[in-house]
Amino acid sequence: MIGVLQEMLSYPFLVRALTVGLLVALCASLLGVSLVLKRFSMIGDGLSHVGFGALAIASVVGIAPLYLAIPVCIAASFLLLRMSESTRIKGDAAIAMLSAGALAIGVMVVSMTTGMNTDVYNYMFGSILSLSAADATLSIVLSGVVLVLFVLFYPRLFAVTFDESFSRATGIPTRVYNAALATLASVTVVLGMRMMGALLISSLIIFPVLTAMRIGKRYLSVTILSAVVAAAVFILGMIVSYVYEAPSGASIVCVNIVLFLLFAVAGAIRNAVTKK
Amino acid sequence: MSLIQVNNAAFRYDGKEVVSELNFEVEHCDYLCIVGENGSGKSTLVKGLLGLKSPYSGAITFSEGLTARQIGYLPQQKESQRDFPASVQEVVLSGTLNSMGIRPFYTRAQRNNALTQIERVGMLQHKNAAFRELSGGQQQRALLARALAATQKLLILDEPIASLDPVATADMYHLIEEINKHHGVTVIMVSHDPHAAAHEANHVLHLEHQQLFFGTASDYRKSDIGKRFLGGEGR
Repeated sequence: MIGVLQEMLSYPFLVRALTVGLLVALCASLLGVSLVLKRFSMIGDGLSHVGFGALAIASVVGIAPLYLAIPVCIAASFLLLRMSESTRIKGDAAIAMLSAGALAIGVMVVSMTTGMNTDVYNYMFGSILSLSAADATLSIVLSGVVLVLFVLFYPRLFAVTFDESFSRATGIPTRVYNAALATLASVTVVLGMRMMGALLISSLIIFPVLTAMRIGKRYLSVTILSAVVAAAVFILGMIVSYVYEAPSGASIVCVNIVLFLLFAVAGAIRNAVTKK
Repeated sequence: MSLIQVNNAAFRYDGKEVVSELNFEVEHCDYLCIVGENGSGKSTLVKGLLGLKSPYSGAITFSEGLTARQIGYLPQQKESQRDFPASVQEVVLSGTLNSMGIRPFYTRAQRNNALTQIERVGMLQHKNAAFRELSGGQQQRALLARALAATQKLLILDEPIASLDPVATADMYHLIEEINKHHGVTVIMVSHDPHAAAHEANHVLHLEHQQLFFGTASDYRKSDIGKRFLGGEGR
């Protein structure tokens, strides 16, 4: 396996893809802890579909995809946040509508103009080849920002995630934090989407924390564990993808499933043992 | 001067009056119970006291040295907390956030404060336990410790005994009484159970979109409204 990894690292484009992917996977897993525990998982999914729509339109109009997709996704994330907080319309149904709508619009725009080409196919299912050097730089900077913010706001993020009512009473501007989480999630989704594909990117957010929760009982251990899981799964998934010439996104998700099942079994065994 | 003074306060939601004509005061070391049916305006009043909602008219005044941020608040438990991965210590530490200023990490003083509060609610042997593996009563104790970590003066407890079994309920009432009597912390408890109000608290505020009763618990037991709600038990 080390040999395969060494071989992979001899290709510059793969080194770039691995660096960016690893950073994005770390960001996604950390944000995922809050998003999943706050019951915002659907937002990640919704964002990826909106992101697809935006990327498709950008590729047709000829704008650099990130510059259109990031602002559109941030705007959509606020909308999704409002929807999931709203009691008037059913939040989850509204998010599903927005996701499907954005996906459909993206597909329509593309099929009526350039046709379903490899670009669009890549946005759907992901490709590590779609990453330019400029994209890589931007991805590294943004991931760095996410990681630093996460560490600096760790105690407050915990409070907001655990109990919004209490945090608000303590004077924490919870709406600002929710908006910040949504913004960072949008950026992460867009950055990761080209590698993972719109259909699979939300797995980077959702899987690691759920896997970590099978074993971890404290917030700190779940947070650290999900970052470790995300990194390990990403590298393993990329190796699988390289060796079997499989799409990277699907490979990573499959490794995620395997690890989740392993952790679930380990957790169940431990619970059975400690209950005795 | 009263700790909290409420003068003719009224609250609205979407232009509709939820509760109005509120006139009461809370003195230092009081144990006030706010009772009323669901939707009678209790939660709205709590939001007002916490400074999360301003009164549409009238005023809520705090005595000097108390701000809404220094209130220890125990909200109603949420479904999402039941499977939340966190240790008791992590939960209680988050109660000290209001004393954190702009520092990014907890200080030693905050950690010590958290431990003191965990001890106060008798959960020291469970400090590293997972919150989601505690019993309902233990979870409420942990959340009470978090509220205490945020305050030395005033606790607001929103339905603290909802979903607790009778033994855990008695324990919780006992703990609240002790904190009120022996530690000199003023307590405001919201409850839909008038019996608890009449027997646990020393003052009662009965709401039904407006103030039906405010006074001492013994007066409440003798009052017409008290008798009606207590079902002839009050004498």
